[in-house]
Amino acid sequence: MKRHLISAGDLTRQDALLILDTADELARVSDRSIKKLPTLRGRTVVNLFFEDSTRTRISFEAAAKRLSADVINFSAKGSSVSKGESLKDTALTLQAMGADAVVIRHSASGAPHRLATWVDGSVVNAGDGTHEHPTQALLDAFTMRRRLGALDGRRITIVGDVLHSRVARSNVLLLNTLGAQVTLVAPPTLLPVTVDSWPCEVSYDLDAVLPKSDVIMMLRVQTERMNASYFPSAREYSRRYGLDRDRLAKMADDAIVMHPGPMNRGVEIAAEVADSARSTIVEQVANGVTIRMAVLYLLLGGETQ
Amino acid sequence: MTDFIVRNARILGGEPADIAISGGLIAEVGRGLTAGGASEFDADGLVALPGLVDLHTHLREPGREDAETVASGTRAAALGGFTAVHAMANTSPVADTAGVVEQVWRLGQEAGHCEVRPVGAVTAGLNGERLAELGAMADSAAGVRVFSDDGKCVSDAVVMRRALEYVKAFDGVIAQHAQEPRLTEGAQMNEGAVSGRLGLVGWPAVAEEAIIARDCLLAAHVGSRLHICHVSTAGSVEILRWAKSKGWNITAEVTPHHLLLTDDLVEDSPVGSYNPIYKVNPPLRTREDVEALRAALADGTIDCVATDHAPHPVEDKETEWGAAAMGMIGLETALAVVHEAMVETGLLDWAGVADRMSYRPARIGRVRGQGLPPTAGSPANLTFYDPSVRDEVDPGGFASKSRNTPYEGRTLPGRVVATFLRGRPTVLEGKLA
Repeated sequence: MKRHLISAGDLTRQDALLILDTADELARVSDRSIKKLPTLRGRTVVNLFFEDSTRTRISFEAAAKRLSADVINFSAKGSSVSKGESLKDTALTLQAMGADAVVIRHSASGAPHRLATWVDGSVVNAGDGTHEHPTQALLDAFTMRRRLGALDGRRITIVGDVLHSRVARSNVLLLNTLGAQVTLVAPPTLLPVTVDSWPCEVSYDLDAVLPKSDVIMMLRVQTERMNASYFPSAREYSRRYGLDRDRLAKMADDAIVMHPGPMNRGVEIAAEVADSARSTIVEQVANGVTIRMAVLYLLLGGETQ
Repeated sequence: MTDFIVRNARILGGEPADIAISGGLIAEVGRGLTAGGASEFDADGLVALPGLVDLHTHLREPGREDAETVASGTRAAALGGFTAVHAMANTSPVADTAGVVEQVWRLGQEAGHCEVRPVGAVTAGLNGERLAELGAMADSAAGVRVFSDDGKCVSDAVVMRRALEYVKAFDGVIAQHAQEPRLTEGAQMNEGAVSGRLGLVGWPAVAEEAIIARDCLLAAHVGSRLHICHVSTAGSVEILRWAKSKGWNITAEVTPHHLLLTDDLVEDSPVGSYNPIYKVNPPLRTREDVEALRAALADGTIDCVATDHAPHPVEDKETEWGAAAMGMIGLETALAVVHEAMVETGLLDWAGVADRMSYRPARIGRVRGQGLPPTAGSPANLTFYDPSVRDEVDPGGFASKSRNTPYEGRTLPGRVVATFLRGRPTVLEGKLA
């Protein structure tokens, strides 16, 4: 594996399977009453969050703590960053503190790439702008594999705002690496104009794709996109691209419904679909901790030192 | 009384000849000229070109003297073989009055490294709404003939029409930064496969091409001169070719970096991914665009090379991509890049380089005494270039105050050995004279 996890495209098939298999083993720890392992004792993991994301930060924090790492949470608000400190100076500070891994969430695409040029520790991308969110893709793949078995040949449909979605970018790359067939469904305005160069299929018709899918992954659609004319109204979006009860009924019997959260109930996903037995949304959150444990464990080489 | 004898220079790449310089003029060109006590300069193996003229330079003074000054920028220009540069108007304060353009012009005179021709803003404060005092700038000591809101597009069609019409009175030209603003809100790089993968907001080619098409039609309608800055797409070339075929008075420039570099460097380069050293406006485009731009410069559809030298301090580039400033420095590498992109590829010979980097830009900018063939009687504005060497680019040796070159560590051909400004050497042996 590479030293950093910045893009899902950095992972070979072998790397990805190693992470998923390691997570399977670590999941057993999560089922014990005492959840802590000593493997990263004495190592320092910094959560560097320039964007508010309590869910992702808590998930990484829990993962690091279960491996006995020291965790430092560095949030941009109220810190020197809000006083105009540059990303580089923040990086040099973390470097001086001896961070073994830096988990970064940033609103600018590519910020983790820049960070990786300034620090010696491993950089883990926890979401950068509209670029990637590789641990989300890993936890999604982990969740699918637990429900459906191996992903080779499985048909995964990702629905929604692909253009602005880091989750979609990472999922397309990782699922392709794992041998799944990905179809993107979105209004044309919410797809990159060059999406035909991506390793996936594209459709504008959710109803046509639904019955053939093993997984439907719904993306959050931000209603402010409406004001920028990406689509006419939340209602129209919901009618054409939302997953409601009628559409759920068209899915194959063992197909599952996923969502990276946070959801807009009633816009891209109906409440009864989100809460149905087909939905893996709560499992995804639990699996997030497990997969992040596996990533930190493998990047920091927990068993040695 | 001869001041200088240049020995064995290959004028425009031709057979070796001597050049006698006297009183700021080329006195004589021939073989075996007698020195008569004049200083001698051995130009054996060097190509002699007319002094280069840049239509598009950001000297940053007044306002951003931390990035560049007229003095440092013109030193960089001289080292790059330039004898005249056009200083863009997006300074602080904006060069939208006779006072500011005269200040910049005077600073250029005092520095003395090359001629500084200030560009006047088209609209007051570059706000795109109200015409700046174009006539006052034209009539000032700076004698402005090129007007541009460069950095911003004159996007309002009526304002553009009026500007084109108004400058006819004093033989001015509007140099348009063609960028439809609504189509490029928040734009970070060329819109294409790379921007889609990298999750960066795209700057679509159509945003440039739509403005060029509109402005060609406007210029034709009112019978004015129009110049298009930094053309970057294959589609723009097609539109320009069509507009020129109508006989309209339209000219265009291309930057060295758009002749060599492509947008995939943003994703993967020797200096990493998302390195803002490659962030520039208009953005680096695709290989197909580069090929079209080279062909257009070769066939004259694009008239000239202009550097768009855009200095920025280190802290404005050592950031995440989205926060970084747009622009690259280019004065000290322009001729080498043109050599690699156009001469080594066989698209232009040295006479062609002289035309695209000196004659034509001087004509477009109405620069008197510049851009003339190196023959007896012409002002002795000359550049001597050694095409035989090839070196790694070392920005540590640049005269520019800024270091934001995309060529660091890259090997480029050639070296400017000497530059003469009106008979006086500004550069000798590759160093400031």
